[in-house]
Amino acid sequence: MTEARRSWRWWAAAAAAVATAAWAAPSLWQRLEADGLHDPRSPAIGVLQQPAEALEPLPRDGAGNLVNWVKAIDSGAINPRTNLLPETEVRLREDDIIVAKYGSMPAVKFPHRQHTLWLDCANCHDQLFKAQLGANKFSMTAILNGEQCGLCHGAVAFPLTECNRCHSVPNASLRRKAGP
Amino acid sequence: MRHVPAWTLTLVLCVAAGSLRAEYGDVVINKRSDKEGVRPVVFPHWFHRIRFRCKVCHQELGFKMRAGANDVLMADIIDGKFCGMCHNERIAWGPDRCDLCHSGLRGAAPGIKGGAQTSGPGRW
Repeated sequence: MTEARRSWRWWAAAAAAVATAAWAAPSLWQRLEADGLHDPRSPAIGVLQQPAEALEPLPRDGAGNLVNWVKAIDSGAINPRTNLLPETEVRLREDDIIVAKYGSMPAVKFPHRQHTLWLDCANCHDQLFKAQLGANKFSMTAILNGEQCGLCHGAVAFPLTECNRCHSVPNASLRRKAGP
Repeated sequence: MRHVPAWTLTLVLCVAAGSLRAEYGDVVINKRSDKEGVRPVVFPHWFHRIRFRCKVCHQELGFKMRAGANDVLMADIIDGKFCGMCHNERIAWGPDRCDLCHSGLRGAAPGIKGGAQTSGPGRW
């Protein structure tokens, strides 16, 4: 193989690599026909909305759909319907609950506001959690197994890699209040 | 580096770029589709939550939150239950547009997709 011919091959390969990167790079979201779930030959491809088109304009996050869904509502970027039936009562609650075990991790702050923005009380109470302060035993093992908080977090709500979003209250700040 | 064929680099980049990645929260519904000879359903949470809050489907429509816990039959959908509460040609396309929901790869395993699996034994 001559040096010139070898050089030509390298340039062709580099051009192909750049073209591939350019094709893949503009979107953070996989196209439906390449997501490993949709049949690329399905007539739905071309009709269904592509994730990038819907998600790109929304507030960015570093995990899950790469969308901060609470911020998406709070900022007014989206305003999903709260009910279909006019008689449905849309229930909201604003209080925070602190769950402190004083272990190696900071305490958990559970905000009712962000949860009731999306969910109804009955989605969690009383099947997942008793509606009584201190009556629930939480376990990270159970959560990682898809129980308790893990029914949504790790499936559709922000994933369990985001420890500090829940474990957000320094234990010291709580102990001081309860101290001698 | 001179001994690595140029096309290897290209191939590696192509494979990396085309890596299969379902969207977080996608659900494959395939209790019956394969058996009935239609493509499985791919339900995208991301699309629906832009338009409806969780409570609409998981409270008003009665979808249990655990993937696989719901028995969704076409007869019920046509009667206006489950998906049929919206997929009725008024809010969204009607149940006669089979291919738009039944768009998955044949043989796809049912369950929640898109990197939802945890490191534990997991029910997901």
